[in-house]
Amino acid sequence: MRFYEHESKALFARQGLPLGKSGLARSGDEARRIAAEIGAPVVLKSQVLSGGRMKAGAVKFADTPDAAAKAFDAILPIVVNGQRAESVLVEEKSPIAQEYYVGVTWDGRRKRPVLIFSDMGGIDIEEVAEQHPDHVSKTHVSTLLPFTPRLAKEAVGATGVTGPELNRLTPIAAALVEVFLRYDLTLAEINPLARLDDGRFVVLDGHVDMEAEAREIHRKLLEEIGIRPEETRQARPPTDFEIRGAQVDAADHRGVAGNVVEFDGNLGLVIGAGGGSLTLFDAVRQQGGRPANYCEIGGNPSVQKACELTKLVLSKPGVEKIAVMMNVVSNTRVDIVARGVVKGCVESGRDPAETIAIFRIPGSWEDEGFKILKKYGVEYCDRSVSMYEAAGKAVAKLSAGGTT
Amino acid sequence: MAGMFIDVKVDAKIASDPEAAKKLVEVCPVSIFAQENGGGLRIVAENLDECVLCDLCIEAVAKGGVEVIRLYDR
Ligand code: SF4
Repeated sequence: MRFYEHESKALFARQGLPLGKSGLARSGDEARRIAAEIGAPVVLKSQVLSGGRMKAGAVKFADTPDAAAKAFDAILPIVVNGQRAESVLVEEKSPIAQEYYVGVTWDGRRKRPVLIFSDMGGIDIEEVAEQHPDHVSKTHVSTLLPFTPRLAKEAVGATGVTGPELNRLTPIAAALVEVFLRYDLTLAEINPLARLDDGRFVVLDGHVDMEAEAREIHRKLLEEIGIRPEETRQARPPTDFEIRGAQVDAADHRGVAGNVVEFDGNLGLVIGAGGGSLTLFDAVRQQGGRPANYCEIGGNPSVQKACELTKLVLSKPGVEKIAVMMNVVSNTRVDIVARGVVKGCVESGRDPAETIAIFRIPGSWEDEGFKILKKYGVEYCDRSVSMYEAAGKAVAKLSAGGTT
Repeated sequence: MAGMFIDVKVDAKIASDPEAAKKLVEVCPVSIFAQENGGGLRIVAENLDECVLCDLCIEAVAKGGVEVIRLYDR
């Protein structure tokens, strides 16, 4: 769950990270008042959840309170990557000597958080890592042992930063790790972190993503920051297809058939769950396929739920076939999912044998499931076929039809 | 009316016995059985395909009283 910049900064403030004077404006008059209170040139930034604000013209500078009000009026209507802001952050403009990057995210391969630091901030960190790898350090963090300032110092020092800068940056990096761990974040990023002409450090821009499942634990914090329970906070508003996906999941308490995300390909995916879904989605792409959607099924959804999800995926224009794939299941039953997807095809007026490119769900009740698939002429495979190979079979079927 | 994958047949004697009907309603985890005003048994056709093949209905009544048919076996 993504935070707006001003909310990310509110979280940073709780951990003592250095911030410039600022205020949130919802009108030109408010922008004028905040700029007058700051009493110095200001920068006004549209509060949207996506990047690309500068490019879209949604960041402007103002030397006077009246200019701030004017800048507010100019910024507010600007749509940034499909998002319209409801507020604008008015912040003290800082004289910058150098920009740095500090971020903490989750390293899925190492299964632990990683602190990323660079003395080249203000630009895309991936670009820096590619072009100037010696200016980026990565330090893995334990979720069990305390994170010590020494580790933060090593992370900063690894990019060649020394002297007073090293001493001042160390507690900032350590505090960001603390924010990440304490609030169950999946990303805590400061870019840029600025060293000012007078040697002070200030967080100029920040970005925070919280684990969606952690919302309940941090309900009080979210309330204090002003994030309402009904706010989904995705990077873009959900599409009609995604809204209908959420309705399919909500309509039946049994199992999960949700987290539907729309893409523009022609291979519909009925895949599960969590890590399995991600692996299978990637496998389809690696095999040259174009997924029409992402989704997660698991927890033993009912036949009806699997059926409705299948119908939804098949209702998407351009979807020619679906691939039904999971890792090895234990509590989800193969036969129940098989019934659901076959029924979904039939109720959509499609022949399951033609529509289901591959069914690869091995595990509990697989023999029963395979009997159903055989009866309807659907190609299926067991665990002797890897997820990657199964994805390849599905993509090959679309290619054979000349549509991949 | 049968489901697409499953059909359930209940012996007429069992179906008209309120006690047996009550038991079937209680045991089925996916509500395939319903009882009309404490009386006879009704099969909920729209739930038939949700049958999890647990056999609890078969065990709840006298032998041969309930038959769960996998239509895809035919
Ligand atoms: S086998 Fe189980 S799920 Fe199926 S009808 Fe009987 S009690 Fe219900």
